[in-house]
Amino acid sequence: MSPEEIRTVLEQTGTVRIVQPDYRVRGVHVDALVSATQLRGAAAALRERDFLIDHVTAVDATPELLVVYHFSHVEGGCRAALKLLTDREHPTAPTIRDIYPGADWHERETHDFYGVVFEGHPDLSPLILPEDAGDLRPLRKGADGLKTLAELIPEFGPPPGAEGAEKPQKPRAKKEKTGEEGA
Amino acid sequence: MIPKADPSQETLVLNMGPQHPATHGVLRIVLKLDGEYVLQAIPVIGYGHRMHEKMAEVRTYPGFYANVGRMDYAGALSFGHGHVLAVERLAGIEVPPRAEYIRVITTELNRIASHLLWFGACLLDLGAFTPILYSFDDREYCLDLLEHVTGARITFSYFRIGGVSRDLDDHFIEGTKEFIKRLRGRFDTYDKLVTGNIIFRKRNEDVGVISRDMALKYGATGPVIRGSGVPYDVRRAEPYSLYPEFDFEIPTRPEGDSMARYLVRMAEMEQSLRIVEQALARLPEGPVMAKVPKKLKVGPGDTVQAVEAARGQLDYYLVGDGTDKPYRLKIRPPSYSNLSLLQELAEGVLLSDLVAIGGSLDLVIPEIDR
Repeated sequence: MSPEEIRTVLEQTGTVRIVQPDYRVRGVHVDALVSATQLRGAAAALRERDFLIDHVTAVDATPELLVVYHFSHVEGGCRAALKLLTDREHPTAPTIRDIYPGADWHERETHDFYGVVFEGHPDLSPLILPEDAGDLRPLRKGADGLKTLAELIPEFGPPPGAEGAEKPQKPRAKKEKTGEEGA
Repeated sequence: MIPKADPSQETLVLNMGPQHPATHGVLRIVLKLDGEYVLQAIPVIGYGHRMHEKMAEVRTYPGFYANVGRMDYAGALSFGHGHVLAVERLAGIEVPPRAEYIRVITTELNRIASHLLWFGACLLDLGAFTPILYSFDDREYCLDLLEHVTGARITFSYFRIGGVSRDLDDHFIEGTKEFIKRLRGRFDTYDKLVTGNIIFRKRNEDVGVISRDMALKYGATGPVIRGSGVPYDVRRAEPYSLYPEFDFEIPTRPEGDSMARYLVRMAEMEQSLRIVEQALARLPEGPVMAKVPKKLKVGPGDTVQAVEAARGQLDYYLVGDGTDKPYRLKIRPPSYSNLSLLQELAEGVLLSDLVAIGGSLDLVIPEIDR
């Protein structure tokens, strides 16, 4: 399956924004921002086309928390990332456990570490953390460490002009950084 | 084929682990048994959880490297390879060719050492004690070579962002050539000792059959998916490092049972030897470290690097924020997905078969817990 094909498929299932990233730098062929209502449709479309689930995780950022899904095609040459923005105070995402049973543990782990509630998941009891961990969300950032999404992943920050987009995006100059101070 | 439980009889709930000798680390499986049949098997993980992902966020990029080899103690170099490649990818660092060759040679030797450990452990699970003495003899030879060049036997911290810490010497190169010859001569012994053994075959054939679809929906990779007839190998599917340059095959078996996974791993060792052989023959001269800033700042941006570890696909999902520490580093260990299918797979099997299935999955629990 070529990246162009899967891009078309994701456009048909409906996505907020699709980025065709530079694979050499980003490691994914298709990078799509989806809404909560589109996620399950997109996951089902990938499942039908022989994608296997790599992982589900989250990135704590402001103004919204990012939930990240990765899928690889079984014949290779195509890795797709789905990204979902959700409220930081009450993070939720629809479960894809019934589409990809392999997402079960990944979703429970993301719930352990970030408190993301996967709606429709039958058992979000702690998987890795101890049973009495309670509301300990070890990978949530404190106020001092928290950064805006536009600072972290410029492609998926709010569109220019939107609220929260006033911070200028840093230039992604990577090549120049190497070697400037010497080893 | 779930056995029909007689309602008048009680079922038994049994904890296998967390320290059962056949569970390869601190894994617990809660079993619901009807006689000797497993009605339900629920893996319970997290006993060895050390929160490596949080540690990554508070250490510098090179500072975290020492952690990655502690996750998969049987195949530490693959974990190191994925980490340095992910950071180099986002930071745009070019690695000298000699360094990349050295990484491939040592990683493949480590894969062989890992498969030799699995071979012994999987047969121990089945009650066969002798084979591990043979495989550890070969594994020791391999670990001696790796110790000579890396300075460690198990938890290697050999790679650096931008290269490797030490160059190879003639002792290692000659020793590796000798090891290739030696191991090739031993495969026949392994086959005669184990592969054709009638008890071994009866314990593994048609046991724990994983279909192609099941492997896909659980994200099972490595020898598990290749034992189900799917030639999925990250070294070919998402080519990285120097692997596109080498001539090697991806062994698969169509059966999907424990025996198929056994045969795939046995065949893989020969393929790793082929890669090492080709890499040694083409090893270029030159430096083994690139110029990397002392205080390496990476990002902003996110990236993912997948590598084929000894047990399957390993992903590092890295979010850099332009400082010298990662904002987020997600590690996707292969055994995590390979184990998550056990609950579905174990329904209706015999308890003794569950042990054989566990051995054929080649689980390393600290990598799952992280």
